[in-house]
Amino acid sequence: MNVSTIHDIGYRHYEGKRLGRAYVTRSIFVHNLRAAYGLGRPARAKVMPFVLAGIMLLPAVGDIAVVAIAKRPEALFPYTRYQFMLQLIISIFVATQAPVLASREIRFHTVPLYFSRPVVHLDLVLAKLAAFTTALFALTAIPITVLYVGGLVTQVPDSGTQLLHYLGGLLACLLLSLVLGAIGLLVAAFTPRRGFGVAAVIAVLLVSSVLVSVVQEITQHAGHWTLSGWLGLLTPYSLVDAVAYRLLGGKLPDIAVPGVGGGFAALGVCAVIVAGAVVVLYSRFRKAGLS
Amino acid sequence: MNSTIAMITFRSMLGRRRALLLFVLPGVLLILSLVLRLTDTNDLDVDTSVLQKFALGAVLPLLALIAGTGVIGPEIDDGQIMYILTKPIPRQVVVLTKLVVAIVLVTLFAAVPTLLAGLILGAPAGLTPAFAVGVLVGGVAYASVFVALGVMSRNAVTIGLLYALVWEGLFGNFAPGAKKASILQWALSVTDSLTDASTVHSAVGLTTALVLLVIVTLGATALATVRLRSLTVASAE
Repeated sequence: MNVSTIHDIGYRHYEGKRLGRAYVTRSIFVHNLRAAYGLGRPARAKVMPFVLAGIMLLPAVGDIAVVAIAKRPEALFPYTRYQFMLQLIISIFVATQAPVLASREIRFHTVPLYFSRPVVHLDLVLAKLAAFTTALFALTAIPITVLYVGGLVTQVPDSGTQLLHYLGGLLACLLLSLVLGAIGLLVAAFTPRRGFGVAAVIAVLLVSSVLVSVVQEITQHAGHWTLSGWLGLLTPYSLVDAVAYRLLGGKLPDIAVPGVGGGFAALGVCAVIVAGAVVVLYSRFRKAGLS
Repeated sequence: MNSTIAMITFRSMLGRRRALLLFVLPGVLLILSLVLRLTDTNDLDVDTSVLQKFALGAVLPLLALIAGTGVIGPEIDDGQIMYILTKPIPRQVVVLTKLVVAIVLVTLFAAVPTLLAGLILGAPAGLTPAFAVGVLVGGVAYASVFVALGVMSRNAVTIGLLYALVWEGLFGNFAPGAKKASILQWALSVTDSLTDASTVHSAVGLTTALVLLVIVTLGATALATVRLRSLTVASAE
C-alpha cells in the first residue's frame, strides 16, 4: 500500500535531468570567487577589493615607467620579490575578504542549506579554498604579468631568462595564494562575528611577520645566521620566498634557509599548512552543517 | 558615562572566544620578552627593537583597532545600536562611554603588557615607563580615531588597517611627510622625551606631538558624536 498517496495532490513531478555534485561544487566555486571581489553584491562590498587590487598594480606600473623613461632595465622589480614587497596590501586583502567567504554562512547559520544538496562537506571546503586561492592568484599574478609585459615592450635584455623568472614568479604567486588562502579561511571560519574576522586574520599575518623579523634581527645580531634563515619558515611570505629562491630561481631575499634541502623543507611546510587547514575547515563546516 | 552601556560593551568584547584574540597579542609579546630574558640575548638595541617594533608598532595599533571598532561597529551593523539610541541618553554620553571602554581595553591589553614586557626584559635607561606611557598616550588617540571610524563607515576595520599599516608603516618609511602625520610617531615622540636612551628617535617634536594628539583625540570624539546624531541604519548585507 502506498502511504504517500494522501500527500500526492496531483502536482507534476520533476523527471528531468538532475545536476549533480560536480555542478553544485562548481557553482559554489564561482559564487565564492565572485564574492571575493564583491561581484553580485552592493557597491559597498566592491570598493575595498578593487582599491586594494589597484594599489597592487601601482608599483608595477610606476616601475615600468621608470624602466621605459630612464632606460634603466636593471630597475625592473624581480618577479618573485614583488609579493614580498607588497605583503601588507596582500595581507589586508586576505583579512578583508576571507571573512566574506568563510564567516558569513556560519554567522547566519545557513551552512545546513548547502548540505541539503548533493554536496559533501569536503566539496564545500575545497571549493571555497579554490575560489579564494584563485582570487588571491589574480591579485598577485596580474601585477607581475604587467611587469613582464612591460619588460617585453621596453625591450629589457635577456628575454629568455626573463620568461623563466616570470614563470617562477607565477608559481610563487600560486603557492603564496594557496598558503594565505588556507590560513585566512581557517582563521575567519572561527571568528564569525563581523569585524573580528578581519582583525583576527590580520593579527595572525602581521604579528607572525613582525615577530619573526624582530627575532631574526636578534639572532643575526648574535651571529646565528642559519637559525635566522630557518626562522623565516614561520611566516607565510618569507616561507614562500624561501621556496621561490631555493627552488624557482628567484632573487636572493635578505635572508633565506640554507641549501636546496631548505627549499624543499619550506615546500613541505606549505603543504602541511594547506592540508592542516583543509582538515580543520572540514570539521568546522561539518559541525556548522548540523542543526 | 553610562554604566549599563559600559557593562554591555565589556561583555560583548570579552565574552566567550572573542577575548582570546585580545589575550593572544600581548601574550606573544610577554613570551618573546621572557624567552629573550631567559636566553640572556637582550641588550639596549634588542629591548628597544622589541618594545618599539612589536609593542608600539604592531600590538598597539592592532589592539586599538580591535577595541575601537569592536565597541561600536558590530552593534551598528546588526542594528542593535537602535536599542541604545532610542533611550533618552545623550549621544555624546554613548560615544564617550564606548570610547572609555575602548581605552580601558587598550590600557589593559597593550599598555600594561608593555610595562610588564619592559620589566621582564629589565630594559635600561628608563625605557620601560617611557614606552608604557607612549603606548598609553598613543592608545587613547588610536582608540578615539577608530571609534569615530567605526561610527562613520562599515569598512572601518579595513580603513583603519590601511591607515595604520600602509600610511604609517609603508609610506612612513620613505615619505617623511607621511611620517609626521602619524599617531605612532607622536606616541614615539612622547616616549623619546621620557627616556635618555639613544636608540629611540622620533620624527616629530614633543610639543607638536602633544598638541596633535590632543587635537586628534578631541576631534575624532566630536566627529563620532556628530555622526552618531544622524546615523542611518542600513539593512544587513
